[in-house]
Amino acid sequence: MSHAGDLYGLLAEFEQPEELLAATQRAYEAGYRDMGAYTPIPIDGLAESLGEVHSRLPWLTLLGGIIGGVSGYVMQYYACVISYPLNVGGRPHHSWPAFMPIVFELTVLGAALFSVLGMLALNGLPTPYHPLFNVPEFKLASRNRFFLSIQRRDPKFDIVATRKFLDELHPHGVHEVQL
Amino acid sequence: MSDSYERDSDDRGAAAGLAEHGRPPVLEPGHTYATVTDQISSIVLARRAPRSWLFGFAVSFVFFMIFLYAAGYLLARGIGIWGNNIPVAWAFDITNFVWWIGIGHAGTLISAVLLLFRQAWRTSINRFAEAMTLFAVACAGMYPLLHLGRPWVFYWLLPYPNTMTLWPQFRSPLIWDVFAVSTYALVSLIFWYVGLIPDMATLRDRAKGTFAKISYGILAMGWRGSARHWKRYETAYLLLAGLATPLVVSVHSIVGLDFAVSIVPGWHVTLFPPYFVAGAIFSGFAMVMTLAIPLRAVYGLQDFITLRHLGNMAKVMLTTGLVVAYGYLMEIFFAWYSGNDFEWSLIVDRALGAYAPVYWSLIVCNLLVPQVLWFRRARRNVPLLFAVAFVVNVGMWLERFVIIVISLHHGYLPSAWGMYTPTVWDFAQFFGSIGLFLTLLFLFIRLLPVISIFELRELVHETSAPPA
Repeated sequence: MSHAGDLYGLLAEFEQPEELLAATQRAYEAGYRDMGAYTPIPIDGLAESLGEVHSRLPWLTLLGGIIGGVSGYVMQYYACVISYPLNVGGRPHHSWPAFMPIVFELTVLGAALFSVLGMLALNGLPTPYHPLFNVPEFKLASRNRFFLSIQRRDPKFDIVATRKFLDELHPHGVHEVQL
Repeated sequence: MSDSYERDSDDRGAAAGLAEHGRPPVLEPGHTYATVTDQISSIVLARRAPRSWLFGFAVSFVFFMIFLYAAGYLLARGIGIWGNNIPVAWAFDITNFVWWIGIGHAGTLISAVLLLFRQAWRTSINRFAEAMTLFAVACAGMYPLLHLGRPWVFYWLLPYPNTMTLWPQFRSPLIWDVFAVSTYALVSLIFWYVGLIPDMATLRDRAKGTFAKISYGILAMGWRGSARHWKRYETAYLLLAGLATPLVVSVHSIVGLDFAVSIVPGWHVTLFPPYFVAGAIFSGFAMVMTLAIPLRAVYGLQDFITLRHLGNMAKVMLTTGLVVAYGYLMEIFFAWYSGNDFEWSLIVDRALGAYAPVYWSLIVCNLLVPQVLWFRRARRNVPLLFAVAFVVNVGMWLERFVIIVISLHHGYLPSAWGMYTPTVWDFAQFFGSIGLFLTLLFLFIRLLPVISIFELRELVHETSAPPA
């Protein structure tokens, strides 16, 4: 047994996604909240079983699109009407239909950048170090094993009781995660 | 198939193909999370490259050097070394540009459109189709830049406050092109990279060498497969797919407008934007096939890239090929129906003039040869599919040559007619760019997983009851 102060939490290892999903639901019902589930594939409903999920990502993407599109239009308006008005074939300076392709491209660009950078930021990536990487078995989280972690900072966490609880879920194994 | 497959005979399972009768599956049965992970990652992590890889890389690299040599000579001497001149001011350079950018459409189309339509068969081919897109767009971008004459001031194309107090001409499709192509390149790059993040984590966790562990670790950005992360990841991926889909259509439409907005006979056609998009998909799928067939043979990926994939790609090629054929017919119809002598004169010149052999080769390659794909037996004959795809690649290059060079050489006034003859430098720059493309592709095959590993694991999850 290691020193309790160095403990991040406990990590239970499962072989099937269905087992992990059931275990997560059981743990949530048992009152655990500071949990994490780690899988090699996205599992439907797993994030929800860890608690409420509100994604701000769609709104961020919309915001990025609006910023891209509006700035594209303003840039072209400023260039063609204010900064350097140029008569091309008698067309109006504010020839907005011709501005649309660039407005469209910049809308897509802004939305795409906000979407990806937003996803990374909300996920807290890049994260070069994480205590879970201290567990050798955790390497399989990117291959064929499914993990549930319960963190020590959870008010219900108790090294003996929580380990007993996890053992009752019939995992492949339970590992201690060092900080 | 046993009961375990029938469990999934809802539409998701049907899309994955195992529940259907008489059609090859999208993933050969018997694979588990572990086997797909190990088999795909072993291509990258294996200590030695196969001899065929070394040979292919060496040949590609030689052509890449030819590309650099031709570009270097071009910078030293100017574009006079090419055959371009008035009236044919656009020739191999723009032909190659449009050809490459068209090839670059299949990747995003396969990744984005087929994702939105929930086509599970996309999984095995999307990764390297996306890589192909990136490399093709990189090759495409070279040509307008080199054709500038002074490529070192390419940034004049971009709007930025400058001491000349000038702005780009925003009403010109050529400037729309700058925005469309650069946006497309950037969005394709992030789409590809986002798709790679979970696989980078897999490679990080499976790599033996320290250098590989650190490199893949940096690229994985600390991905640990957290359920909350997956949730946002999937949202972002879906949003990107939704954004990339209209983007693909816009890019080649704008390339089409480069021509259609002008008044050159043969270019001034409203049909161009959709006809260019169909041509792009046609050539893109042809290139995916040309690359996928040798790839699956060399690396033994027949379990993942099955006859189902090849058959489906053949059907997409056949369909878009018919749209393109419709375009050829409509070009002739428009010229006749417009009653415009100059337009009609151009059509006659295409069919009977100095470049007629090019036009008829195009008709054979793009219109006649793909019709063999109507037959199921042809769609299951791998060498034949490879041959058809190769012929279509050639045909699509000829199509752009016909559109660009023949139209320019036969303008309004007979006094302004002129011939274009490519020089050795035109050919060097063209074949060299194929070397650039293949060099990047060989490096990609060696360093990154050619098939999306985590999506294959998902496919295992969806198509079979997991092993006990």
